[in-house]
Amino acid sequence: MKYSSQSVAMPYFIAAIGLFVGQIIFGLVMGLQYVVGDFLFPEIPFNVARMVHTNLLIVWLLFGFMGATYFLVPEEAETELYSPKLALLMFWIFLVAGAATILGYLLVPYSTLAEMTGNNILATMGREFLEQPLLTKIGIVIVALAFLFNITMTMLKGRKTVISIVLLMGLWGLAIFFLFSFYNPGNLVKDKFYWWWVVHLWVEGVWELIMAAILAFVLIKVTGVDREVIEKWLYVIITLALVTGLIGTGHHYFWIGTPEYWQWLGSVFSALEPIPFFAMTVFAFNMVNRRRREHPNKAAVLWALGTGVMAFLGAGVWGFLHTLAPVNYYTHGSQITAAHGHMAFYGAYVLVVLTIISYAMPLLRGRAANDERAQVCEMWGFWLMTISMVFITLFLTAAGILQVWLQRVSDTPMPFMAVQDQVSLFYWMRLWAGVVFAAGLVTYLASFFVKGESKPLIHA
Amino acid sequence: MSGTFTKAMARNIFYGGAVFFFLLLVALSFDTMSGLPKSDNRANLTESVLRGKHIWETRNCIGCHTLLGEGAYFAPELGNVYPRRGAEFIKAWIKSQPTGTPGRRQMPNFNLTEQELDDIVAFLKYTSEINTQKWPPNIEG
Repeated sequence: MKYSSQSVAMPYFIAAIGLFVGQIIFGLVMGLQYVVGDFLFPEIPFNVARMVHTNLLIVWLLFGFMGATYFLVPEEAETELYSPKLALLMFWIFLVAGAATILGYLLVPYSTLAEMTGNNILATMGREFLEQPLLTKIGIVIVALAFLFNITMTMLKGRKTVISIVLLMGLWGLAIFFLFSFYNPGNLVKDKFYWWWVVHLWVEGVWELIMAAILAFVLIKVTGVDREVIEKWLYVIITLALVTGLIGTGHHYFWIGTPEYWQWLGSVFSALEPIPFFAMTVFAFNMVNRRRREHPNKAAVLWALGTGVMAFLGAGVWGFLHTLAPVNYYTHGSQITAAHGHMAFYGAYVLVVLTIISYAMPLLRGRAANDERAQVCEMWGFWLMTISMVFITLFLTAAGILQVWLQRVSDTPMPFMAVQDQVSLFYWMRLWAGVVFAAGLVTYLASFFVKGESKPLIHA
Repeated sequence: MSGTFTKAMARNIFYGGAVFFFLLLVALSFDTMSGLPKSDNRANLTESVLRGKHIWETRNCIGCHTLLGEGAYFAPELGNVYPRRGAEFIKAWIKSQPTGTPGRRQMPNFNLTEQELDDIVAFLKYTSEINTQKWPPNIEG
């Protein structure tokens, strides 16, 4: 760690991992509810568990992005953070608001929560992933603005590198597009149209900028490859991401009441969306092969390579599988979508956050890398989680193909619930893969407590 | 990545490409908005439908069901439930939840009034009449 204010990243990373654990617990609950329908009913109905599962994911990734930014920007800008105190204050506000929101979901009926939190003044709740009460949404905006102010001021007083500029553009985009979550017209088609301006323009737009910038930073550090080379790659990757991803939004505009031309635009541009992810994979392997130093943190290198591969598979390949309009006509809103969602979020965003945590955490704890045994434990965590996520995805894909066949392609289509019974074997297998994932997560957590010799601090 | 392709060129292509395609998205969105009156069934967007949408949202229906294919995949698609089941079945179904059948997926009871039930049905009817390019492929959703 080169600047003492980088240490504000530590609580952000710890909170991220803690909420990740919560996310997985609720994932297991839902996995069981898929096959034992009345499990935990009426205490935790499926919709509540799902809201907690997806909202925790979003919040912990945001904690991860913010932690990554607080770690990375002072080092890139070669100056202390503008205000470490503001960063810590925002940490506590975000954590308390996040926890209160999750408790609200779990303890109060959703319609009561809506009434208590001003949803009748401005109705924004009850839309997928944007279920947060109005007060929480406003809180997110305040925290984001304070965070962006802090980071922008830090950059203005220091060195402006491509990595930090790209990261900052991604973060500003994240905050700006979130504002569409406050727009909820009564016209369902418009509602859905602009809902995607948050959801799609986040995960297939500005988040890719954040992801590519974090990956580029870690690759510079662990490979020692010339910054000029890495920054050129970074520009190429994010160009491909936005050129394909912006009009690629159209793959969500096939069947929601929007004009037919989106079927062409959405199909063509989103068919190209795997390219930036493929470029990221090539980039990561290329840089590691051309490395000029053997960084003692081998686990961080593994996470970085894993990010490239799994993002390409989950977002790229599994996205492409069902993105062409004639295919999507049958697969839209099926378990195929769920399969893609799981591997894409894991491969792209979970792994990139765990990459920066793997790289930064030892430094924040005063060493270049963890002891060999701790790293081996961490890498076991990587492989268990990654392989089980591959199986979760494969089982959901199998369930999805069968579901689409029985319910939509067949000449004698079966009702939804009858089909669910037919595919329950795959839901059971998905649940067991989820249990292995949880074991991988526990292994990963354990790696933080493995004691041993630490590598001396080197200055990159 | 040869020497002739410089970082400055990569940067310029990025900014040019990002701005161009974002403006294209904005232009297409304007065009979509102007074409929507033909497809979005706004003529039937009554007060009852709007109240129904509010009930749909504040009971977090999307947490289990899909609506026009978007949402959770735990329970049936409801974009076409109106033509599939009809108003009376939908109301009776909502009122009779949860079924309590052991091991089966359960839907909570939301204690909706007769008026609220009519509103949610109005919302689902309006939704089913949106021009969705013939999606879903059949009545089972």
